[in-house]
Amino acid sequence: MGERKVLYLDHAATTSVHPQVVEAMLPYFSERYGNASSLHSLGREAHQAVEQARADVGGILCCSPDEIVFTSCGTESDNLAIRGVAWLNRRQGDHIITSSIEHHAVSHTLEQMERHFGFEVTYLPVDEYGQVDPADVERAIADTTILISIMYANNEVGTVEPISDIGRIARSHGIPFHTDAVQAAGAVSLDVNELNVDLLTLSGHKFYAPKGVGVLYVREGVELLPSQTGGGHENNRRSGTENVAGIVGLATGLKLVEAWRDEESRRLVGLRDRLIGGVLSEVDHCILMGHPENRLPNNVNIAFEYVEGEGILLGLDMEGIAASSGSACSTGSSEPSHVLLAMGVEPGVARGTIRLTLGHENTEEDVDRVLEVLPGIVERLRAMSPLYEG
Amino acid sequence: MYSELVMQHFSNPHNVGVIEDADGVGKVGNPMCGDVMEMFIKVKDGRIDDVKFRTFGCGAAIATSSIATEMIKGKPLDEAVKLSNKAVADALGGLPAQKMHCSNLAADAVRAAIEDYWDKQKKPAQEARQDDE
Repeated sequence: MGERKVLYLDHAATTSVHPQVVEAMLPYFSERYGNASSLHSLGREAHQAVEQARADVGGILCCSPDEIVFTSCGTESDNLAIRGVAWLNRRQGDHIITSSIEHHAVSHTLEQMERHFGFEVTYLPVDEYGQVDPADVERAIADTTILISIMYANNEVGTVEPISDIGRIARSHGIPFHTDAVQAAGAVSLDVNELNVDLLTLSGHKFYAPKGVGVLYVREGVELLPSQTGGGHENNRRSGTENVAGIVGLATGLKLVEAWRDEESRRLVGLRDRLIGGVLSEVDHCILMGHPENRLPNNVNIAFEYVEGEGILLGLDMEGIAASSGSACSTGSSEPSHVLLAMGVEPGVARGTIRLTLGHENTEEDVDRVLEVLPGIVERLRAMSPLYEG
Repeated sequence: MYSELVMQHFSNPHNVGVIEDADGVGKVGNPMCGDVMEMFIKVKDGRIDDVKFRTFGCGAAIATSSIATEMIKGKPLDEAVKLSNKAVADALGGLPAQKMHCSNLAADAVRAAIEDYWDKQKKPAQEARQDDE
C-alpha cells in the first residue's frame, strides 16, 4: 500500500507544491533569510523579493501592487475583508449580503457577526445548479448595506458565479464587493476590473504554492480596519513579519497557473467531461451536482443514490485514489452539505456525493482508472444498503 | 482516522445480506445522520444461529454492523441482547469521537431483532401458524 503512488483527485482541497515553486522558495530559507523590514542588505533582499512578488500578483490581477495584501491563508483574507470593511463602516450601516453556498471562512465569520455583534446578514438563495441570480443581489440591497461578499467559484460543486454582473450592481450602489476566488485561480480570469470587485481572496496552496500564504486584493480607496495590528506591515493593513519564502512561492505558483491557464483549462475540461460522462453512463441512479457547463474545469461532483459518500471515498482510497466526500458526516458533523441543501438536493441524495477534482499531473489514464474501479465500489455498497432495491 | 480493524470490516464486512425466513428482524435508523440498518436473525435452541445485516451509512456504520454480527453469532439471546455500543466500538479498537453514534446503531439493531423474535414468540399460536403458511 505504502509503495503505491496515490492517484490524487482532490486538488480543490490542496495541491502539491510545484518543483519550480520549491526552487524559487528555497533561497529564502537559509540564504536570503532577512526580515523584509530590516535596513541591511539581507533585509533589502527579502524586501525586494516580497515587492517583486507583489508586482507579479498585481500584474495577474490587473491592479497596482499597492492593492495586494499578503496574508497567512484564504481564511485570513476572507476574515480581513469582511471584518475589516464591516467594522470600519458600521456607522453607515450594518447590513451585509452574501450567498447561501459560501465557504465556511465567509459564512461562519458572518454568522458570528450576526449572532454576537448585531450585524444583519442576507443569505441569497441559489438555483438548482448553485448559481446566484444577480437580480436577487439588487433586490437585497438596502440603505444600510455596507458589504457584499459572494464567492467566485464554489469549492464543492464548482459552479462559477456571475461575479462581473454582481460587481456592476454593487458598484452602481457604491457598496464594496468582496469575492472569495480561492477555487478560481488558474481556471478563470482574475482581472479585478473585468470582475468589478473591490476585494478578492486567493490562497497559495490551491495553485501549486505552499500552505500558509494567501492574498487579499484591496481596491484603492477601500478602507479596512486591520484585524492584526503591530508593526504596520503590508501598508498598515496586515501587521506581521512577511512570510518571504511563502510569498515568493505564491507569486511563482500564480504565474505558473496563469501562464498555462487557457491550454490547461481546455485539457481539464476534456478530462472532466470524460469522467462525468463515463460515470453517468456506467452507474445507474447517479446525478451530477452543480452546473453541467458553467463549472470549474477540474470539478466533478456526483451523487450516488442509496449509498454514503464516505463509503465510496474509503473504497477509492483502498484503490489508491484520493477523493473527497460531499457528505459532511465524514468530516465530523452529521449535517449534509449546506451547499447541496441550498441547491435543493434531498438530504439523502446529498449524503451520497463524492467530489473528484483534477489537477495538472492528472491524465486520461487516471480518469480511466477511476472509471474502472468506481462502478464496482458503488455496486458493492449498494448491495449492502437497505435502501437499494436493485 | 479509522483503526486498521475498522477498515478491515469496512472493506470485507462479515454477514452481509438478508435472511428471507428470519426469526427476528430489527430495523433502526438514526434520524440525526440518516443511517439505516437492518439486522436479520435465525434462532436455534435459544441461541443466535445465523445473522445477516444491511446498512446505509458511513464506513463506521458498516464496520460496526459487521463486527456486531460476529459478536452475537452463536451467543444465547439473553447475552446477545446485552450487547452495548461501547463493546462494539471497543471491539473495533475504538472509533473517532464524532462516529460514536454509528456504533449505537449496531447494538440497537441487534436488540431490535431479538425483541422482534421475542414478540413473535408471544403471539397466539394460531397467528403464528398463519404466518407459517
